[in-house]
Amino acid sequence: MKKQIDNRENFLKGFIRENPVFSLLLGLCPALGVTTTAINGLGMGLATTFVLLMSNVVIALIKNLIPDKVRIPSFIVIIASFVTIVDLVMAGYLPALHAQLGLFIPLIVVNCIVLGRAEAFASKNKVLASAVDALGMGFGFAFALTLLGAVRELLGSLSLFGVKLIPGDGLLVFVLAPGAFIALGFLVALVNWYKREEEKKGKSKKVAA
Amino acid sequence: MLYLESLAIQPKKIEIDMKKRSSSFINMFVTLAVVTLAASASLGFVYQLTKEPIAKAQLEKQKKAINEVLPGFDNDPIAAQFKLPIPESSDSLLFYPVIKGEQVLGHAIKTYSSKGYSGDIWIMLGMDQQGKVTQYAVLEHKETPGLGSKISAEQFREQFIGLLDEPEVTKDGGRIDAISGATISSRAVCEAIVKAQATWQQLADNN
Amino acid sequence: MEYFIIIISAIFINNIILSQFLGICPFLGVSGKSSTALGMSGAVMFVMTIATLVTYLIQHFVLEPFGITFLQTVAYILVIASLVQMVEIILKKVSPAMYQALGVFLPLITTNCAILGVALLVIQKDFNLIESVVFAAASAFGFGLAIVLFAGLRERMEFSELPEGMKGVPAALVVAGILSMAFMGFAGMV
Repeated sequence: MKKQIDNRENFLKGFIRENPVFSLLLGLCPALGVTTTAINGLGMGLATTFVLLMSNVVIALIKNLIPDKVRIPSFIVIIASFVTIVDLVMAGYLPALHAQLGLFIPLIVVNCIVLGRAEAFASKNKVLASAVDALGMGFGFAFALTLLGAVRELLGSLSLFGVKLIPGDGLLVFVLAPGAFIALGFLVALVNWYKREEEKKGKSKKVAA
Repeated sequence: MLYLESLAIQPKKIEIDMKKRSSSFINMFVTLAVVTLAASASLGFVYQLTKEPIAKAQLEKQKKAINEVLPGFDNDPIAAQFKLPIPESSDSLLFYPVIKGEQVLGHAIKTYSSKGYSGDIWIMLGMDQQGKVTQYAVLEHKETPGLGSKISAEQFREQFIGLLDEPEVTKDGGRIDAISGATISSRAVCEAIVKAQATWQQLADNN
Repeated sequence: MEYFIIIISAIFINNIILSQFLGICPFLGVSGKSSTALGMSGAVMFVMTIATLVTYLIQHFVLEPFGITFLQTVAYILVIASLVQMVEIILKKVSPAMYQALGVFLPLITTNCAILGVALLVIQKDFNLIESVVFAAASAFGFGLAIVLFAGLRERMEFSELPEGMKGVPAALVVAGILSMAFMGFAGMV
């Protein structure tokens, strides 16, 4: 029962419906840890997207050469290599962002999304579909992190992408750890609400037809 | 329990796929060896490529910090750097002489404190020839964002400008207003500066 | 005294979940019931301490002498993954009772970023061998404390009336935020 995978659908699912952070609740550690500002969220999101894309493509390419039993260790080595590449390149060319993200860059290795996509998608699909899947999931992740970072930055320091919007100090708690949990909680609730509204709309359409 | 199901790595359903290599011992061993070797080789290559930019970025950061604390120099302070031992300690600090034309503006001193809230705090301290603090710049810290990270904020830093004696936070009887909620970080900055001042004293005594 | 400060700060002040954001996935995933939370923390405590010990030795006796620290991430994750497998096999043989209790959680630990995070943190913090092991054990204890406390809270929350959209994970996250705020109160201790 191999159905044709629609590339557009495959790409768009990562934003809301199967958003790794808001819907699947994966990769929450970096989502909470680095999102003190929108820029940090975006940087982390894009770094993860790169790792996802490269490892998904490589795994889709060589999936048939790898015996089943050593599948997972091989995937982990491939993912860890791309993470190290990102780590080194960022240290060289984006030192300020690299210092801000710190420990969370090597931790992309254990980001559930990356290994999850490799195992669930790339190891069963063709290269192009895997690349599209990685980009969709990656951008969805980056979108979630940027949004969370923007909310926290706006409430916490009254600025956005480093630009001060309103003079004053803001609610410090949103920059600190508790604010991260609370802001994410409300964003997840919002996404849940949106998804339910969509479902209702879908149902009423069917009834009308 | 969605999490448990999505993560537990279950044996994949065996697909009948003629191209797939079987899991014989030789196959597994060879695959793992090839994958790891390829990974190490490519990482070694990338490491060689990025080594220089990383070192350059580090250098740039130091230069920028020196320029911030003692602006307007025209020598290369990093090339002229020298080490001085910290009094009553086995460690030493790096000094960067800052010169404009013929005139020595002072020294930038790379100093640190291990008494930060989390991890070491590294700062670049500017001192003029009279031993007055010109300004400091934070090179590296792991303090809490929003609290301890304010040691890089102008408001806190400007208190140190023109200081001749050893800085101390008001809680300990000094004149430095600690960042609210981050006394530990503020104290650590004071400690790093005191360390640099004590080391600088040797320089003054030698002249 | 030094060790005491490391322990207190790893458990309460820089709690690995509530202030460092490591290991959030299992924190939300297995905190539905107190018993599973306890099982998970036991397994984490076990693996985290051993993993930190082994990675510390690898860092100082293999990676650094040969100048290949750029292989750190790859080496660590491989060590952790194989260690988890090994622990599973040994536990099955030596203590079937313990395997019964912790077994299901072991495969999940490889992708628990708290393990790799702590292994990397001790290198960053320049701890010596004993300090590293103490820090790892204390961090794992902090992990257990947070997750068990949180499971208790969530069990009670099941019966509370909440707006429809907040039910489940959103409410859990907000509660985690409040718990994290409570832990911030420890900051003045050291």
